[in-house]
Amino acid sequence: MEALFLLIPLSVVAVLALVVLLWWAITTGQFDDCEGPAHQILMDDDTPQRAEQLPPRHKDI
Amino acid sequence: MNTHAMSASALEADVAAGCFHCGLPLGGASRFTVFVNGAERDMCCAGCAAVAETIVAAGLADYYRHRSAPGNRPEDSMPQWMRDLESFDLEAVQHSFVQRGDAGARRAELLLEGVNCPACVWLVEQRLKRLPGVNEVSVNYATQRVRIGWSDAELRLSSILRTVANVGLRAHPFDAAHRTALRQKDKRRRLFELALAALGMMQVMMYAVPVYLSDAGDIAPEFEQLMRWASLILTLPVVLVSARSFFFGAWRDLAHRRIGMDVPIALAIAGAFVASVWATVAGRGEVYFDSLTMFVFLLLGARYLEAESRARAVAAIERLSHPLPAAAACVPRYPDSKETRTMATAALVPGNMVLVDSGSAIPADGTIMEGTSEVNEALLSGEARPVPKRAGDTVVGGTLNVGSPLFVRISRVGADTVLSHIVRLADRALGEKPRFAQMADRIAGSFSLAVLILAAITALAWLSAGSELWFRNAISVLVVTCPCALSLATPAALAAATGRLSGIGLLATRGHVLETFARITDVVFDKTGTLTQNEMRVARVVPLGNLRAETILLLAAELELGSGHPLARALTGAANDAPGMLAVRATMLMHSAGEGVEGEINGERLRIGTATFVGALVGKPLAQSAIPEHSHSQVLLGQSGEWLARIDLDDAPRPDARAALDALRAAGARIHVLSGDVPAAVHAIARELGINEADNVQARATPQRKLEYVEALQRKGCVVAMVGDGINDAPVLAKAALSIAMGGGTDLARANADMVLLSGRLTALADGLGVARATRRVIGQNIAWAIGYNAIAVPLAMMGWISPWVAALGMSASSLLVVGNAARLHRGGGKG
Repeated sequence: MEALFLLIPLSVVAVLALVVLLWWAITTGQFDDCEGPAHQILMDDDTPQRAEQLPPRHKDI
Repeated sequence: MNTHAMSASALEADVAAGCFHCGLPLGGASRFTVFVNGAERDMCCAGCAAVAETIVAAGLADYYRHRSAPGNRPEDSMPQWMRDLESFDLEAVQHSFVQRGDAGARRAELLLEGVNCPACVWLVEQRLKRLPGVNEVSVNYATQRVRIGWSDAELRLSSILRTVANVGLRAHPFDAAHRTALRQKDKRRRLFELALAALGMMQVMMYAVPVYLSDAGDIAPEFEQLMRWASLILTLPVVLVSARSFFFGAWRDLAHRRIGMDVPIALAIAGAFVASVWATVAGRGEVYFDSLTMFVFLLLGARYLEAESRARAVAAIERLSHPLPAAAACVPRYPDSKETRTMATAALVPGNMVLVDSGSAIPADGTIMEGTSEVNEALLSGEARPVPKRAGDTVVGGTLNVGSPLFVRISRVGADTVLSHIVRLADRALGEKPRFAQMADRIAGSFSLAVLILAAITALAWLSAGSELWFRNAISVLVVTCPCALSLATPAALAAATGRLSGIGLLATRGHVLETFARITDVVFDKTGTLTQNEMRVARVVPLGNLRAETILLLAAELELGSGHPLARALTGAANDAPGMLAVRATMLMHSAGEGVEGEINGERLRIGTATFVGALVGKPLAQSAIPEHSHSQVLLGQSGEWLARIDLDDAPRPDARAALDALRAAGARIHVLSGDVPAAVHAIARELGINEADNVQARATPQRKLEYVEALQRKGCVVAMVGDGINDAPVLAKAALSIAMGGGTDLARANADMVLLSGRLTALADGLGVARATRRVIGQNIAWAIGYNAIAVPLAMMGWISPWVAALGMSASSLLVVGNAARLHRGGGKG
């Protein structure tokens, strides 16, 4: 039972650490756009580049 | 900013000889003096004088004493905003955002920072109205902007900014980039406060649950005490950081001797916290840390949702003001060389030729000179499908060229463009507070006062009964009441609905639009032109000689070739559809304005045009039977000695007109069509559109008749929406409760209607009616809920049957419910 004297203050410290982490995440803009990245992964913004790379690749073959 | 750099160096040189405040040299005899630290001090300008006065009035006059200490410059010790204010009086600074009128009249748009609730907005409005020299103030809650008009002779801009600052808010000149940054900062702050409250709530609950679940005495007192201290440590940041906006809000209200919804909330939070701390320190009594953190979290959650919902609505409106590209590819020597030169969009003048590449936005209004492409006009219409454009068509600045490159000759720039008219109209609408919102504001104020009184009564009643529960029950009363339906949900619903309307291409230009629209019983189409495309088409070709219809069309089209008349477009269109080709060209074409065209085809002289014009060539009268009393506009074709044909033209209904009328009818609106046209034409259109006997069709209606008609309807108690072109029928439109103009886009400036149908899609009317009704329904539901909830919860709390944590849960659930209900308006919800 005496372990609680350590564990309860530890839990407080853990929560405060979480608060600091959250503060960091929010101020660095981790939550500014919660929708865009989900779509970005599906967007082929690399397509034009690939088109440019095509001719040399043909040369290799 | 320049002035500050200068003032800093000047201060070092010699303060005594210059302006007492900034140290700049005094221009001749000083006209401005301020009484500071026991002496009259000379000031170089009204700006400095005002700042000095503010500092003295704020009891900070000591600042001037400490300032003379070496190295202590004003920049270091003055709040940032105070330094900025004086510079706003400079002409050069004002140039970019202040509109100048006659005789010192000024107007500007300011952006407010720190608006937490509609009450702040109200407060700013009241304070500004009382300033001498202010002649117009309107504050918009959704966009957090203030539109203010003042007279420069009586008032300085810095005084206006300072008045706002005294209320506890900050005003900036409106600037889109600045605004985006502000909004982001604000959003991050809200999110952090919410997250902090969430973490605090979760962990405090962890400590509270064992106590709740165990029987008395099961937990050793020293552990219970330990958990209380842990809860206290975790609740402290929640109260100090997350809940600070409630304290600021309450303080602001009290400082101005009014009661807002933040006052009971702040009182409850502070009361519960102090009592819990006391109980923890003393080691006896009840603690409310769990209820407290939950209350703060859920309340912030509701406010966060409301702010997000408002931001979305604003984005829908602001989308309009962003799309102009910063630079344009100018083609200075257009026809000779297509070499481009990049120049700032702001520097474009009418007549410039620009190249708009595929994927670029068109920089200003203009006409296409070369190229064929498709343009996305979603900006105007909300319609994502691109519209085909070719040489000769007009394009609107801000729309997106999605096809091939276009050469565009600029016709209108800056404030004259369609886009800027739209933005101005939308701003005006947002600046006007609808009656819904005014009412909600008023009630919310007295509601909060009533809550305080009830809480006091509760406390006194339980005290006098000798109960220890008096404090707990008073807190419960403060916490359980929920004015959110009024203070949060009504503005949120209105903002969401306005955003929806502009999304479907209906631009509200007045604040009352939503509430009036919802009450509409009759829709009057002011003229057939609103139901038709305003584009002639060939209805019928009646041969009068022995030529076949196709040949007649080809001949007619050949004659009209190159004429810009709408008739010519119709004829060429019909001829293109007709089979066959004409092997010969028309020559010797002669246009007679208002009469017709004469030309030679295959050596034969032909005329097309009015009966008189063609008759003069034919040389014999037209058989009476050939021209029936007919509705359609008609042209005749003839050659010397022979009438060849009569071509009837009419105006095609808009493709969606029928669907729109059906939808309106289904929504319970009565349809009326008033037209100045002859009966046959009106009835033909009416038949085509499925307008039946139940609807009311009036032909040959003069503007006077239309006016009487609308008045008669209104006398019968109908609420009339009038759809017209917004230009020619202004008096009739003005008479209707709601006037809707068909905005082809170009004539927007002249349109003076409550609402403009930017998309030209009539079905948007029925959709808009749906949105307006849904808004009214949602607001009604919310208010009904608020009345029911408070009527039940408050007496229960006063009786002591609701503990603080249940009260916090109930109140928060209620505000989430109403805010969520309002947010439904974003996506076509609210139908139930």
